[in-house]
Amino acid sequence: MTISIDPQKTNNESLQPKGWLRYFSFSLDHKVIGIQYLVCGFLFYLIGGTLASAIRIELASPMSDFMPRDVYNQVLTLHGTIMIFLWIVPVVNGAFGNYLIPFYVGARDMAFPRLNAVAFWLIPPSGLMLVASYFVDGAAQAGWTAYPPLSITTPQSGQIIWILSVLLLGGSSIFGGINFIATIIKLRRPGLKLMQLPMYCWAMLGTSLLVVLSTPVLAGTLILLSFDIIANTGFFNPVLGGNVVVYQHLFWFYSHPAVYIMVLPAFGLVSEILPVHARKPLFGYTTMVFSIMGIVVLGLVVWAHHMFTSGTPPWMRLFFTIATAFIAVPTGIKFFNWVATLWGGKISINSAMLFSCGFIINFVFGGITGVALAQVPFDIHVHDTYFVVAHFHYIVYGGTVFIIFSSIYHWFPKVTGKMLNEKLGILHFIITFIGFNLCFAPQHWLGLNGMPRRVAEYDPQFQFVNQISSLGALLMAISTIPFLINVFLSFRNGKDAGDNPWNALTPEWLTSSPPPVENWEGEAPLVEEPYGYGKEISEQK
Amino acid sequence: MLNKNIYLILIISLVFAISFWIGFNVNLLPAEASINAPIYDELFKILFIIGLIIFIGMTIAVIYSLFKFRKRNDQIGDGIALEGNLSLEIVWTIIPSIIVLLIGLYSYNIYDRMGGMKELNHNHEMMSSNTEKIWAGISQNSDNEIAINNLSIEVSAMQFAFLFNYPKGNFISGELHVPVDQKVSMKMESKDVIHAFWVPEFRIKQDIIPGQPTILNFTPTKVGKYPIICAELCGPYHGGMRASIVVEEESDYNEWFNKNKKPEVNL
Repeated sequence: MTISIDPQKTNNESLQPKGWLRYFSFSLDHKVIGIQYLVCGFLFYLIGGTLASAIRIELASPMSDFMPRDVYNQVLTLHGTIMIFLWIVPVVNGAFGNYLIPFYVGARDMAFPRLNAVAFWLIPPSGLMLVASYFVDGAAQAGWTAYPPLSITTPQSGQIIWILSVLLLGGSSIFGGINFIATIIKLRRPGLKLMQLPMYCWAMLGTSLLVVLSTPVLAGTLILLSFDIIANTGFFNPVLGGNVVVYQHLFWFYSHPAVYIMVLPAFGLVSEILPVHARKPLFGYTTMVFSIMGIVVLGLVVWAHHMFTSGTPPWMRLFFTIATAFIAVPTGIKFFNWVATLWGGKISINSAMLFSCGFIINFVFGGITGVALAQVPFDIHVHDTYFVVAHFHYIVYGGTVFIIFSSIYHWFPKVTGKMLNEKLGILHFIITFIGFNLCFAPQHWLGLNGMPRRVAEYDPQFQFVNQISSLGALLMAISTIPFLINVFLSFRNGKDAGDNPWNALTPEWLTSSPPPVENWEGEAPLVEEPYGYGKEISEQK
Repeated sequence: MLNKNIYLILIISLVFAISFWIGFNVNLLPAEASINAPIYDELFKILFIIGLIIFIGMTIAVIYSLFKFRKRNDQIGDGIALEGNLSLEIVWTIIPSIIVLLIGLYSYNIYDRMGGMKELNHNHEMMSSNTEKIWAGISQNSDNEIAINNLSIEVSAMQFAFLFNYPKGNFISGELHVPVDQKVSMKMESKDVIHAFWVPEFRIKQDIIPGQPTILNFTPTKVGKYPIICAELCGPYHGGMRASIVVEEESDYNEWFNKNKKPEVNL
């Protein structure tokens, strides 16, 4: 099937504002929408980061002395919700997906440009609503998991706004998912086979399948929860005969795949970045594709490992232990393949490469603690402790956020036509890497020795280790300063990048930087070997 | 070539040696005070060593690649056009699968030794009288004869406290007292939101759920006073929801029990 470009649309484009103003418009250009996602996500990252700093300040002393206890619970709820639903999910999926996928499949835009714009424009209002709920009657304070009956008994307005906001963000995510699937399957340039697509397309295909399969379950669950809160129904309210554990099953049926919605795109992005800077083909393309799909399938059947202490029958615990531990196999394959991609290359040690290698090291660590946590007897002791907090920050921060930064260093020249400053980039990496590990590595010990998560006060014997952790958080906060300076300075008077500063082979680099509105002046190039480094096609360049 | 292989073997043995040394000499866990604790620590040690081997190995591989294969200033062109290696892929699919499967089976064995795989419904003394369904928990050595002699305690949790009811003594305490080396059997229920009962030194945790009783059995092995911590977010004072468990010699326990015991009220 071929889809021709609607001439009407091109005319509409010319009516849209030019220059920086188009980033504030209902633009249909996938590149503009991608940048809208990225900048919007980054602003929420700064808000979420401020909340994280508030948590670490509170925890620098064992007493609850920095903010009132209920405000602390609001802060931790908002921190989790913002970081997941407004920063990581929109950025690794929406931002990079929108910018890159049409290039990778050789299309001039996404399959549904208007749906695409709607998906983005749902995000700022729901995010602002979520932040504003703090000023109404206090934000939600039942954690990002919103377990009933706590979410039913805490002040209602905050919880209801939280539900509404997450529903809208979930809707945005579903729209995006449908759009990516349609674009990858249907908008491929004639002659381009599925097994020739860059790995990020496969990662986004897998991720979008997870989004479309699991996000509606979260939406349904939250609607039932809102009935319990507003209309006094008894789905999850034990006083009215409801069952609180059913909520946990439904919630984690989405929220475990959500972890893969946050890391699979990062796996795709790092698979694009490493071959370019190591000047080597991606090692084991086919196994990489199969392991992504393996993670998608397994990711849907492991949710109850979040509930080993909730009250689940023994057989269920056993099944979910084995299923969860087996996710380590396809994930491990990917990491071995990345190291094999580096092996024998001609590696440029730059900011993008350093952040990617930092990602490998951090994620391997988080993956190992993940396999340990999958074991029921192990999990029973550390469940709901700082061990778990440390584990998932190693996955989502040490993993995904490192890749977001790596991607920004890699694609900034494409988007702006300017290079980022390497010295500031490497400084950014060093402070982030040290700060991150200083912040989260000690938290494993805290969890093992008796500090539960989501507490504003703790046993004074843990004070010293908590202060080390807070010092790490301070470094992480400082690390954004060189990054922001770098982006602003380079944007204004950075070194000219040319069209293809990295000599990369993937299709987005085979056009001008920044690219024209419809991506290519002429016909889209047919890239059959996106990773053909060291071969003739690469030498022709 | 031979030289290279020797270096490789040397490095791998060094990684193993360091991992085993750290695994056996660095203790990251609190005191062991229940039958569960040494079993748990055995599993922890194994997982810790395997994890260290993989982590140190991968980190060395990444850092070595960055140094060894870094682009020198005078170099141009690409690395080798190596796209994959099927036998290598098979090796690093099968070996992790076997490791993961072995860990799974081993942790099943650990869990079984902790009593996690035992059926809970019919062995609990307080349960025999009604048909109410109990979900999960850990149930140790739950032979019927032992179960009847058990020390049975009813735990109720509420925002933000634990209450321990001793049905045999007809009294309620805010501090949990148990005799050392005797199996304790607890039936737990929450009055409001979800809480959790966690004693780090015992390596046990179980959620306390409103409308759904759970049980937790354990045998303390070391005299002392340990914290009971609520591990599930339960409201503003969640961090302050703590109690203590006092493990004492049987004579001390009996003295405490008789002091608090209320006479039976005959109707």
